[in-house]
Amino acid sequence: MADLTCKIAGVKSPNPFWLASAPPTDKKYNVERAFKAGWGGVVWKTLGEDPHVVNVSSRYGGVDLNGNRMMGLNNIELITDRPLEVNLREITEVKREWPERAMIVSLMVPCEEESWKKILKRVDQTGADGIELNFGCPHGMSERGMGAAVGQVPEYVEMVTRWCKQNTRMPVFVKLTPNITDVRIPARVAKAGGADAVSLINTINSIVSIDLDAMAPTPVVGGKGTHGGYCGPAVKPIALNMVAEISRDPLTRGLPISGIGGIGNWRDAAEFISLGCGSVQVCTAAMHYGFKIVSDMTDGLSNWMDSKGYKNLDAFMGRAVPNVKNWNELDLNFKTIAKIRQDECINCGLCYIACEDTSHQSISVTNRKYEVIEEECVGCNLCALICPVDCISMVPQETGMPYLPWTKHPNNPMRVS
Amino acid sequence: MTTAGTVTGKSYDQVFCGLGEPLDLKRAQVEASRCFYCYDAPCIEACPTGIDIPSFIRKIGNGNVRGAALDILGSNILGGTCARACPVETLCQQACVREASEEKPVEIGLLQRYATDEFFKSGEKPFRQAKSTGKSVAVIGAGPAGLSAAHRLALLGNSVTIFEAKEKAGGLNEYGLAPYKMTDDFAQKEVAFVMSVGGIKIEHGKALGLDLKITDLTSKFDAVFLGVGLGAVNRLGIPGEAAEGVLDAAKFIEKIRQVKDLAKIPVARNVVVIGGGNTAVDIAIQMKKLGAEFVTIAYRRGVEQMGATHHEQELAQTHGVLIKTFVKPVGIVSANGKATGIELEYTALDGAGKLVGTGTKFTLPAEQIFKAIGQTLDSENLVASAPDLKFQGGKVSVNADFSTNLAKVFAGGDCTGVGEDLTVTAVQQGKLAAEAIHVKLGGSLESLPNAVLGRGN
Ligand SMILES: Cc1cc2nc3c(=O)[nH]c(=O)nc-3n(C[C@H](O)[C@H](O)[C@H](O)COP(=O)(O)OP(=O)(O)OC[C@H]3O[C@@H](n4cnc5c(N)ncnc54)[C@H](O)[C@@H]3O)c2cc1C
Ligand SMILES: Cc1cc2nc3c(=O)[nH]c(=O)nc-3n(C[C@H](O)[C@H](O)[C@H](O)COP(=O)(O)O)c2cc1C
Ligand code: SF4
Repeated sequence: MADLTCKIAGVKSPNPFWLASAPPTDKKYNVERAFKAGWGGVVWKTLGEDPHVVNVSSRYGGVDLNGNRMMGLNNIELITDRPLEVNLREITEVKREWPERAMIVSLMVPCEEESWKKILKRVDQTGADGIELNFGCPHGMSERGMGAAVGQVPEYVEMVTRWCKQNTRMPVFVKLTPNITDVRIPARVAKAGGADAVSLINTINSIVSIDLDAMAPTPVVGGKGTHGGYCGPAVKPIALNMVAEISRDPLTRGLPISGIGGIGNWRDAAEFISLGCGSVQVCTAAMHYGFKIVSDMTDGLSNWMDSKGYKNLDAFMGRAVPNVKNWNELDLNFKTIAKIRQDECINCGLCYIACEDTSHQSISVTNRKYEVIEEECVGCNLCALICPVDCISMVPQETGMPYLPWTKHPNNPMRVS
Repeated sequence: MTTAGTVTGKSYDQVFCGLGEPLDLKRAQVEASRCFYCYDAPCIEACPTGIDIPSFIRKIGNGNVRGAALDILGSNILGGTCARACPVETLCQQACVREASEEKPVEIGLLQRYATDEFFKSGEKPFRQAKSTGKSVAVIGAGPAGLSAAHRLALLGNSVTIFEAKEKAGGLNEYGLAPYKMTDDFAQKEVAFVMSVGGIKIEHGKALGLDLKITDLTSKFDAVFLGVGLGAVNRLGIPGEAAEGVLDAAKFIEKIRQVKDLAKIPVARNVVVIGGGNTAVDIAIQMKKLGAEFVTIAYRRGVEQMGATHHEQELAQTHGVLIKTFVKPVGIVSANGKATGIELEYTALDGAGKLVGTGTKFTLPAEQIFKAIGQTLDSENLVASAPDLKFQGGKVSVNADFSTNLAKVFAGGDCTGVGEDLTVTAVQQGKLAAEAIHVKLGGSLESLPNAVLGRGN
């Protein structure tokens, strides 16, 4: 059986599945239930200075797709709304009772060194394994000059990271906001400030829907709404790209990453790890289905690793990174063509109409028999993506032509020969 | 007769509560999400009225139930009854690509029922008679064919007078369909909805052949549409058929549908139904629900040849009806003029595939014997009314546009020799005949696409 133990920035946990800083990690009661269910670690719900914040009622909005609930979730909650003292006491108790699980404490205080020094001293005493700087929260806290308001200013990210490094024994994870144009910049400055790891992504600024009766954004709070933070399955592609950008950036290469964003099963986790993540964090999926999902995550990952012969996480961590390229490095001579497996076709015609109306008119129809016109097919994949029974394969063609990237293509006025 | 009925004190709807549970919003949306939204969808082709099924299903999924209902009603004004009565497993749902891929088609019938039920709850009357064309058309019979023809004619601006022999409109929707399909007086509610278009008048108690002649009508109206259905029943042609207790299934169902107090319906302990179609299944289930103890359907061929769909056969069986195949009636056993049993003979296919009696006979006790061996056109009245009207195979002969051999006279529904005898087919034929009449009278169909969406003309 594959070894799932995880070590990232000096923090150890029996498996790489951590609960992200959010309601599931808000208090001892939840966290103990999570540990009983098998989660490898938690990032405690973000702590702030007293007096604690106050939350609104009506906090979440969801996006459904074709009858499936919550493919995206948005929230307008703030950081913990319990007194600091209570949180610190519970963190201490849980860490004492579950010493082998990772306990990271998420923090967000005003952008002044004294504030950070003060809270770090107290967190140090809990026995926690690390801290995570919440530079990501896109709503509420950012209006008060914290969260994303810090994460969006590289100088602040570097400064606060440095303060923390100077004032604690614990490894420092910097949690990045996706609400920026180039995620490599905050990652670079976090590294420059001495960060031991980055965590990403936090939630994406969003309005999930407008209640057309109330004429207000959801979740509606007394007739009004505000933008919130988006997460869940819908954000995974954005998170994967951001992780990949940091992994392949020469200036941050090797910086440990805790991957977050839309992870719901072992396969999602494996994808993040293949892009260089040392651990993964989950929030929405746990909020949707409860803590039990970790059992499929751990044994699913372990079974897949066994089937691939990966003995431990290091064996495939970052394996996909070298294959993430800029567009201009892709082979323009590569060719793939759609092939319809006729015996499996149910004759729904969706491939035909998609290609006919919106692509390259490369599928013919006679008496509900759909066939690819190979000479016309550009290999765009659309039909294969649409087919409801997945009976279209894209078949790479043997062209016998050499590797030809855009940088060398005759149509490129700036080509290098 | 031994009476086994025990329904005293129960209401009609309690005894015949709907069998297919209607969907609620959640289940409708989950089911709607199963539709692939096929291009040139095979289900549309399989629907005799050509409802744009994927489109209405998508609208349900997107919460646009009004739009869904108008998609349905624009193609099939009796979409509500059809959602309850259509044998979907041999029509649209048979064609659904999910049937091919996983033997579990999208529940098109239930979704159609959801959309139309919800829409009717709103009480909206979306259709309006167009600006008058000055033409008037007589429609004979207020069954599905007649109602559909009348509605489309009115929608196009013609004025319509329906002559209906019976006291209520609806045809077999009111008098024939199984009561468990049509609870809550749905047929009459639907008739009111059809009439809400305006420009349609119904004269009840006016029977063609008795009270009216086609020739009178053709001089008074610009065109005539015949939608008289099938009024007569095939005879068994066996000794003893005249005994008390030998009954016509369709007529008996009519009685069940109309009676105020179900306890007044005579129910025997032993019931035998002769036939293999939907009517046979309907009467068998109804007698069982009314309290008959042993109900047997006796059919001369095998289950595959039965007109009743597999689904209906199963429904009969789960209601405790015994389906006996490869037997044919040879005589009625009676005492004092009352039926006490039926003599049946086993049948088999001979070498040439012809059905023959084997000579082996047996008798089943039966105090009620229902004939459900098909209806025929009651042509006597028609012939009396219009001696020149051409018939074919015992039914009114029609051309592709549903015109008959008589100028100005069109026909549709069960009384014609074309198409299956189904509600949905009658609706389609009435609709097509109406359009043909309108065009023949110099009208155009240009305004139809908007009119059927309830957008006026
Ligand atoms: C017992 C039974 C159960 C059935 N179940 C189903 C089912 O579940 N699903 C399905 O799709 N189909 C079913 N059918 C078939 C379906 O009911 C018919 O195909 C459909 O009703 C035909 O419509 P129509 O308008 O042609 O005729 P009808 O519905 O028969 O209507 C004819 C109308 O014309 C009137 N009329 C007749 N003669 C005259 C006259 N001389 N003058 C004036 N008016 C006249 C009648 O009173 C009646 O109102 C069933 C039929 C029967 C008998
Ligand atoms: C209700 C809610 C509250 C959250 N609160 C915090 C928080 O206090 N601190 C923080 O760093 N992230 C917070 N997050 C963000 C999550 O930790 C995580 O980064 C994000 O949800 C993406 O992961 P997911 O797609 O698995 O949900 C919150 C998310 C949700 C849904
Ligand atoms: S055939 Fe089935 S899946 Fe396709 S459009 Fe019709 S109902 Fe939908």
